[in-house]
Amino acid sequence: MSEFLAQYGPLLLQGTGETLYMTAASTFFAYLLGLPMGVLLTVTKPGALAPAPRFQAVFGWLVNVLRSLPFIILMIFVIPFTRALVGTSIGCTAAIVPLTLSAAPFVARMVESSLEEVDAGVVEAVKSMGATNWQIVTRVMLVESVPSLLRGLSISTITILGYTAITGAVGAGGLGNLALRFGYQRYQKDVMYATIVLLVLLVCIIQSVFNFAARRADRSRR
Amino acid sequence: MIEIEHLSKVYIDKNGRVNALQDVSLSIQKGDIFGVIGMSGAGKSTLLRCLSMLETPSEGRILLEGQDLSTLKGAARRAAHKKMGVVFQGYNLLMQKTVAENVAFPLRLEKKADKAAVDARVAELLALVGLADRAGAYPAQLSGGQKQRVAIARALAANPAVLLCDEPTSALDALTTRSVLELLADINRKLGVTIVIITHELNVVKTVCNRMAVIDDSHIVEQGDTARIFEAPQSRIARLLLGKEEA
Repeated sequence: MSEFLAQYGPLLLQGTGETLYMTAASTFFAYLLGLPMGVLLTVTKPGALAPAPRFQAVFGWLVNVLRSLPFIILMIFVIPFTRALVGTSIGCTAAIVPLTLSAAPFVARMVESSLEEVDAGVVEAVKSMGATNWQIVTRVMLVESVPSLLRGLSISTITILGYTAITGAVGAGGLGNLALRFGYQRYQKDVMYATIVLLVLLVCIIQSVFNFAARRADRSRR
Repeated sequence: MIEIEHLSKVYIDKNGRVNALQDVSLSIQKGDIFGVIGMSGAGKSTLLRCLSMLETPSEGRILLEGQDLSTLKGAARRAAHKKMGVVFQGYNLLMQKTVAENVAFPLRLEKKADKAAVDARVAELLALVGLADRAGAYPAQLSGGQKQRVAIARALAANPAVLLCDEPTSALDALTTRSVLELLADINRKLGVTIVIITHELNVVKTVCNRMAVIDDSHIVEQGDTARIFEAPQSRIARLLLGKEEA
């Protein structure tokens, strides 16, 4: 055991760091894109704040198309774009580009479902105070849904973490890359098992941290 | 104060046209506590939604201090919203904000909200509704009656000329109803705010309203002094409601 750790410990540590880096950065950028997308999907619905049924239908369709693209294909498809953006298509930083693009429409739907949960009566009450749509979105919808948004964030982060393992297949780093290189290409099952244990641990930690945060943030329960 | 002239509201849904209000005319004077009573589905909630500009009338107009509400757009519309506070049956409080933050909310919508002035106004309002000690509590920690008091304080925050109440006591028990009605009467007396109460409870109208209207099947069938209508109801529905005629 100690021999194994001495030999592969630094590598596993580095892999964990790379996985966390890719996950955190991709989640951040996916929300940067996906949050406004989710707001737009919600407020343009018929009967919502700024109804635009035709736009909503087209935009919703686009989001679905992007979501239905398998990640490994999207990753290869966007290589020219990735290269133009970060200068290379190999490595952790390059992997953030397809990860973000793939996760953004997913995040948009997560945000949409959180915002849908906001009590329509509360939105009406605020409307009757003479609030602008911008105020309603930023001060009511996005605030009242914080606990739900946090739970969505936990799901999104874990989904993205899973996708980082796939990027390992095309030369990005991380635990997925380690598992593939050692477990699959060199038949070193012990390294693969170690990466699995680490991934499971990461998922558990992320899940419990966000769940705790969501519970702490939720004032609508006693 | 409020003149409703030949107001009609038609909804179009998959079953066709629904006439929620037909040719409704009402006159509400400054300082009134005006009750609108009717059975479920009579159109009284639609009437309040039109008054609070949450719905646009199909025909007719609503004048608030001489200003036609249905033609207002943008900033003028938002300014008119601020002249009317709305109290809902379901309270509609912001669940993630404290009592004080809820009451401050309409004030903070203003660009140049002065923090000290907002805090002072919130303290004053919470004292008025008897919840000064619950400023830091969240709505989930309050009883129904307390939530409605917060909602009333919030509706009064921006100093509206009119308080519109949609079934304000329908989710409350008899004792709590009485205390909320006393609060409304108190506000009317102290602040001179005109109050419109939509309700299906006879007792509410009888307790606080000086004038009333009876709405039935999308029409106003009777309006006038509460005492007069309770004494000698003219319409069949009012006689039924008052038990002066068998169904």
